[in-house]
Amino acid sequence: MTSAAPVKTEYEAIIGLETHVQLSTETKIFSSSSTKFGAPPNTNIDPVCMGMPGTLPVLNQKVLEYAVKTGLALNCQIAPYSKFDRKQYFYPDLPKNYQISQFDLPIATGGWLEIELVDKQGNATRKKIGITRLHMEEDAGKLVHAGSDRLSGSAYSLVDYNRAGVPLIEIVTEPDLRSGQEAAEYAQELRRIVRYLGVSDGNMQEGSLRCDVNISVRPVGGEKFGTKVEIKNMNSFSAIQRAIEYEIERQIAAIESGERIVQETRLWEEGSQRTISMRTKEGSSDYRYFPEPDLGPIEVSQEQLAQWRSELPELPAQKRHRYENELGLSAYDARVLTDDRAMAEYFEAAVAAGAPAKQAANWITSDITGYLNKEGKSISEIALKPEVLAEMIGLIEANTISTKIGKDILPELLAKGGSAKALVESKGLIQISDAGAIEAIIDEVIAANPGELEKYRSGKKNLLGFFVGQVMKKSGGRADPKLTNQLLQKKLES
Amino acid sequence: MIDLEQVRKVALLARLQLTPAEEEQFTPQLNSILEYFEQLSELDTENVEPTTRAIDVSNVTRPDQLKPCEALEEILQEAPDREDQYFRVPQILGGE
Repeated sequence: MTSAAPVKTEYEAIIGLETHVQLSTETKIFSSSSTKFGAPPNTNIDPVCMGMPGTLPVLNQKVLEYAVKTGLALNCQIAPYSKFDRKQYFYPDLPKNYQISQFDLPIATGGWLEIELVDKQGNATRKKIGITRLHMEEDAGKLVHAGSDRLSGSAYSLVDYNRAGVPLIEIVTEPDLRSGQEAAEYAQELRRIVRYLGVSDGNMQEGSLRCDVNISVRPVGGEKFGTKVEIKNMNSFSAIQRAIEYEIERQIAAIESGERIVQETRLWEEGSQRTISMRTKEGSSDYRYFPEPDLGPIEVSQEQLAQWRSELPELPAQKRHRYENELGLSAYDARVLTDDRAMAEYFEAAVAAGAPAKQAANWITSDITGYLNKEGKSISEIALKPEVLAEMIGLIEANTISTKIGKDILPELLAKGGSAKALVESKGLIQISDAGAIEAIIDEVIAANPGELEKYRSGKKNLLGFFVGQVMKKSGGRADPKLTNQLLQKKLES
Repeated sequence: MIDLEQVRKVALLARLQLTPAEEEQFTPQLNSILEYFEQLSELDTENVEPTTRAIDVSNVTRPDQLKPCEALEEILQEAPDREDQYFRVPQILGGE
């Protein structure tokens, strides 16, 4: 927060997040309909998710696996005995008038997630955010359109139940977050984790990852929490950060002017960049949970748990630590490389093939990432194998080619693949490191530019760059730059 | 003991519109149902583990295999009102 006014330092914000993550299963949580996003309305429905009488929900085993794996990745205790409950409320997005969720015996409790904030100087601060619980539940349908009847004038809504019964996990944090930046970083780290696990695509635009924020402010050092306000409707990480920053200022301003903070739900308005109060439905908070009689309890065995634990990949925080501590990368590079699992694995493959970690990191985070952004591709789609990147870096390290030649041939390797060495040889790009050969070129260049030589000798030393450029041009970029510099200076001075 | 206020609250939560006469009528009826269940508390449950279920079955799951429903049209037909492929419902005050 750069806009911090001096008065702000007297208050601190207490923030907790509730995140709904859509699991990337083929079918719904309790029935065999598709979960595909964007299907024509009401084509992914069935008697179970529509709550038809006499139907029986059965838990999708992938949902259980994904929920447990996420719980393990968040350092949670997995419940030895867990069950589903009915949460009652009347709203047309729920065809059954209740949502199947988990109330008092969620599948996972008591974990933590580590966030890392890197400042402009590249210094990393780490903080553990407590995870209160993780539970499984079904998503609701979508009210897609509202209009009014031309004949009666009465308003109505249209409902699409494709999303009803799509599996979700809800992850609730302890009130450990203190700023919009921390909250946005928490949400990003959570997304990295579910993507690494392959349990969700984490797509915020399509609603696969939705964050609700609970926030209150209090004077710094105060023991009692202030009145809590819930904010919804943020569909990007920066919106989470901005909504929280706005809400902190709004609450402080209200307290300073003697207003009382009302416990309510507010919506983030992207257009006006502010939060607005949402009318609350009276009595709707009495959900009357009771155990879902149609679903049996879940008892995850120790063997099953051990099996799922063994299938967990190395997670982003573990990779960041290893890259910094064992490979000597900066916090910044470690963070960029580990943001995406495929990129991290590409980097690791290049290092395993012999590339020095720093050089591999530089090539991947600058030139290769630039290419990916330009072409709109992901790293798994490029033809350049990580082993070939290592080979090319090896050629540079051995002075066989210059870095410049490396950059020149990279686009062709990225697009067509093949061996770096073969390409360099076939194009005759091997660096000229033979002093005699370079001197011969230098002599030609000096002979062709007597005017510049005279100016140089009479004091215009910055013409050295001109001569280097000429030698490079004549050698097709192949002359060893370091050696060229040394030899040129010697010749020009003599 | 359940009182008139609680009857009104339960009616509101269940979206039931009761007349004052019905509220009066249902209060003792609900009480007698609760009293009937109260008999259970006569049992000694000191050494009985709490349970959420009457039957001893756990971990019933199904594989994540797609089986699209064929009866889409029939489901839509069951709705009181529809518009093309959508279900049509009265607009809810304070809703989305």
